[in-house]
Amino acid sequence: MNSTTLTTIYILWLRQIKKYFRSKSRIIGSLGQPLLFLLVLGFGLGPIFQKGGGGDYIQFLSPGIIAMSILFASVFSGIEIIWDRRFGFLKETLVAPVSRTAVMIGRTLGGATTAFFQGSIVLLITFCVGFHTTIIGALLSLIVMFVIAVIFAGLGTIFGSLMQDIQGFGLIVNLLVMPLFFLAGALFPLDTAPVAIRAVSDINPLTYGVDAMRHVLTGVVHFSLWTDAFVLAGVVVLAITVGAYLFSKIEA
Amino acid sequence: MHMPSAISVKNLSKTFKGGFEAVKDVSFEVPKGSTFAFLGPNGAGKTTTIRMLTTLLAPTSGAITINGFDPAHDPHAVRKSCGIVFQDASLDDDLSAYENMSFHAGIFGVPKKEAKGRIEELLKFVELWDRKDDFVKNFSGGMKRRLEIARGLLHTPAVLFLDEPTVGLDPQTRNHIWSYIKKLNTEKGLTVFFTTHYMDEVERVADHVVVIDHGGMVASDTVQGIISKNGGTTLEDAFIKLTGHDIREESVDAVDHLRSMRKMFGGNKK
Repeated sequence: MNSTTLTTIYILWLRQIKKYFRSKSRIIGSLGQPLLFLLVLGFGLGPIFQKGGGGDYIQFLSPGIIAMSILFASVFSGIEIIWDRRFGFLKETLVAPVSRTAVMIGRTLGGATTAFFQGSIVLLITFCVGFHTTIIGALLSLIVMFVIAVIFAGLGTIFGSLMQDIQGFGLIVNLLVMPLFFLAGALFPLDTAPVAIRAVSDINPLTYGVDAMRHVLTGVVHFSLWTDAFVLAGVVVLAITVGAYLFSKIEA
Repeated sequence: MHMPSAISVKNLSKTFKGGFEAVKDVSFEVPKGSTFAFLGPNGAGKTTTIRMLTTLLAPTSGAITINGFDPAHDPHAVRKSCGIVFQDASLDDDLSAYENMSFHAGIFGVPKKEAKGRIEELLKFVELWDRKDDFVKNFSGGMKRRLEIARGLLHTPAVLFLDEPTVGLDPQTRNHIWSYIKKLNTEKGLTVFFTTHYMDEVERVADHVVVIDHGGMVASDTVQGIISKNGGTTLEDAFIKLTGHDIREESVDAVDHLRSMRKMFGGNKK
């Protein structure tokens, strides 16, 4: 990797970060959904979960909600490709004497970083509603959070490269993201779930992300940490490769 | 004449998927340091040609050389040689004028130290230096155009492409923009390749004119040559004589239809 490539990645990343921190409404607005899930489900279902012998529901739910906030923020970062195409800015990057892959990686890492930041805020919020973990657990969870963010920002890039209309992006992404979230073991334990749900969850990359989060934060694990790490690493490579390929095929 | 060409185009054609021939067998030479007008009614194939010249679109057949480089073999060298002002805006509205410039300097590999000075020089040149920290979304159409011209020049290109740079601007702004461009052309020897629908602009600045219609070339001469050959008194008369009186709603519709089909079926891919 030469310095031009690194500079390109950095510049595209920086643009994304700048735009994110300038949009206060985006930061506040995207906290609403995780907060709602955390409070309503956490306190609403908490007593039943405890009665059923599942233990403290906030402890169970929080890692899943953090993963959820990252999932949504990172996939939706792909919509910026469509915005940039519509407002013409995409052309500016496509006629630059740099590799498309570098442009794609910069954009994707930018989207991932903003989603990661979003997840970190949610982590802090979970502490306020009674979630507890060790300092090492919290630090390790940051790594898992970033990996989840990269995977789903890559998925966002894939959709952003394939699609041209913004409404369509929203619909398709919701159609896909909702099942990803509901079938990731974020809300209920997979150990006791029916076989059909477990089968779908097993092929859902977010399941491994949630599992790794739960492992480092609370020590509870469904698969093993090695399985999680192996699957997540594989999906990172897959998402970036497919995303880079499709992004390189965009014609301005 | 042994002046090396800044742009050389030989038998260039582009046929889109579905059989629409946007450009048919177009050939021309643009000498270094000249001002070249590329004219034609809506849907004639001007933008398609510019997209091929600037590596955004691959030709179906024909040869292109820009500043000595072939877009098919060395797209990065061609991209470094071209400054482009697109027909539609291509700025990031959420960034300031300065940030748009420094983004461009970064991805076009302008060294940091050099970039600072050049950005200041160019923003002063287009009279936007005092607005450098304002967000582009607060700029008027004319200011955006000036910023795009400044940005297109930032990496010191050999050729400046301008696709209808003055569309929708008031006469004062148009006048301003052409003064900048003419100044760059005469003082720095910059080659300028532009399209426009304003014939007065062509008469004022162009050394050479090519007229295309329905994708094919219909004239290639100096402004005076085109006027006298077509027995008119103005370039506008000559242009209408060459390309007809009909308003190109039909051809525009066909192209628009094609565009919308391509959009619908994801024709952004090759």
